[in-house]
Amino acid sequence: MSYKIYIPTDSTSLSLGADEVFDAVQREAIQRNISLEIVRNGSRGLFWLEPLIEVETKLGRLAYGPVTVDDVKALFDAEFFAGKGHALCHGLTEEIEWLKKQERLTFARAGISDPLDLNDYLNLGGFRGLKNAINLKPNEIVKTVTDSGLRGRGGAAFPTGIKWQTVHDTPSQKKYIVCNADEGDSGTYSDRMIMENDPFVLIEGMVIAGLAVGANQGYIYLRSEYPDALKVLNKAIDLAKEKGYLGDKILGTDFNFELEVTRAAGAYICGEETSLLESLEGKRGMVRYKPPLPAIEGLYGKPTVVNNVITLASIPIILDKGSKYYADYGMGRSKGTLPIQLAGNLKKTGLIEKAFGITLRELIYDFGGGSATGRPIKAVQVGGPLGAFIPESQFDMPMDYETFAKVNAVVGHGGIVAFDDTVDMAKMARYSFEFCAIESCGKCTPCRIGSTRGMEVIDKIKAGVEVNKNEKLLRDLADTMVSGSLCAMGGMTPFPVISALNFFPNDFGLEKTDTKA
Amino acid sequence: MSFTKESAEKIQNLIGKFQDKPGALLPLMHGIQDALGFVPEEAYPLISKAYQLSIAEIHGFVTFYHHFRRKPSGKNILHICRAESCQSMGAEKIEQYCKDKLDIDYHDTTSDGAITLEPIYCLGNCACSPAVMINEKVLGRVTPNMIDKIIERAKENS
Repeated sequence: MSYKIYIPTDSTSLSLGADEVFDAVQREAIQRNISLEIVRNGSRGLFWLEPLIEVETKLGRLAYGPVTVDDVKALFDAEFFAGKGHALCHGLTEEIEWLKKQERLTFARAGISDPLDLNDYLNLGGFRGLKNAINLKPNEIVKTVTDSGLRGRGGAAFPTGIKWQTVHDTPSQKKYIVCNADEGDSGTYSDRMIMENDPFVLIEGMVIAGLAVGANQGYIYLRSEYPDALKVLNKAIDLAKEKGYLGDKILGTDFNFELEVTRAAGAYICGEETSLLESLEGKRGMVRYKPPLPAIEGLYGKPTVVNNVITLASIPIILDKGSKYYADYGMGRSKGTLPIQLAGNLKKTGLIEKAFGITLRELIYDFGGGSATGRPIKAVQVGGPLGAFIPESQFDMPMDYETFAKVNAVVGHGGIVAFDDTVDMAKMARYSFEFCAIESCGKCTPCRIGSTRGMEVIDKIKAGVEVNKNEKLLRDLADTMVSGSLCAMGGMTPFPVISALNFFPNDFGLEKTDTKA
Repeated sequence: MSFTKESAEKIQNLIGKFQDKPGALLPLMHGIQDALGFVPEEAYPLISKAYQLSIAEIHGFVTFYHHFRRKPSGKNILHICRAESCQSMGAEKIEQYCKDKLDIDYHDTTSDGAITLEPIYCLGNCACSPAVMINEKVLGRVTPNMIDKIIERAKENS
């Protein structure tokens, strides 16, 4: 008889040797004359268990991980392919607490099947959202999105429905849907996971967006650091076109929608929407003044929806199950779920999709299992390089846009990077400025010059030069950058800097004070 | 490496391919770098003429983006992630180890032309930090031992 097993192709799984494990499993199976059907699935995001092999059994899929090439012989000796026990077996995948406690809406399909198998996509509920959308008037699609409470998952958290409404209401022969896939924030990888593990859901979301606002052209602006995602997306687009989900007369309607991937070129600032549009137009990624909003004058001056990957990938389930279904998750004005990414110094890293409202402590300790090094966790940085450092005393905050904003922190794109007590927060603050200096587009002075001056001032404080005067200067500089920068790059770089200064003054060689940013 | 007639032809072909494409510079420069390994300045006048852009505009474009190289790289490119998540798991030690072992700094190439060392800011592999990328292959939970193997293989492969 033949056995069916799954070995992931997600690039993090590959970075841990999934391809080598696949080769070893194949070799061993041939040698032992065992007939195996190996599906190359995506990853479910339990990266602490990757490479994770799953075995199909009558009861469901069993998980074995993390599997290295050296484990393969022993797994075969134990007859893992028949679902038999082994030290690496974690029981049924879907019963693993870490996964079971999640609420997977956007990531409902990720890791279950071959990401490029369109039939699997359909069998797992794919394109139901689009089919519903086709029967709605554009305005009704926009209203569904508005009612769902979905806010931009790229970090800015702007209500998606309002953005779509603006593009819908702006008359123009030509409109665009632009997917911001320039996921540059350290600690985030949920965009990459969608693109590599469930690419059709992004395509479906973009087609629905096109239907809603009357756009016939879409672009996915993809960072060049994601070569695997590029390959998957291009194949998925070809497959979707072949089957009539893209191109002319989609699903027999009069609606046409073309989609292509544009490779970015390693500039962090191009994750800022206006800089992204400049780049897409073939220019330097210089930030534009707003207004005009891209929704009114965006790509080539035409009304443009610019949405993050997760935002667009959340659209199909909203159109499939309705706005209320989605809005029933979450808290306050943060509706729905957030794909949270655990990263850095944690034992159990990976993707956790949960309704808004879960606390940092639950994420870091219950899911994350504490630090990987076994040392106390000193701080976490949430929301990428422009997000504040959060100390232990704030770990009971729920993940909610407004709660975070109250303490000058951001939820951002939902990435959490943990640091143990060996981290020097003054060094991290200096790095924030350094990163800003490297990545600033240079258009506005606070960001261009402030970032370099910031590094110098921190160096002086650390060297003990006129410490009080320089601390005041640093806070003053932060104020100038927050109020005077053109975009979030310069405007938010002070968040990690000042949070580090406020919560960890000792690392700067300063006494604890009550000064607030 | 001198600028050959063959290189000029490759560039001309790419210029033609993207001539009518909106936002042509981005795919064009990727095309040139994929074909030649870098974007030579000799390409500028050719692009300038075909696309009605000034040399300054083209130079400004190329130099804005970290991804585009203006000189040839080594046979292999080793990218070290410098971003926060990797820092939290000891990326600085990996960074220093690579620099010492290869005896070069960032943006430099080893004297045998085997490896160019570059910093990178996030590979999206933050769940398994620290991460590096050798050519287009990302590796996670990197140790000095793994770096030794990467370097050994890269030297064989040059």
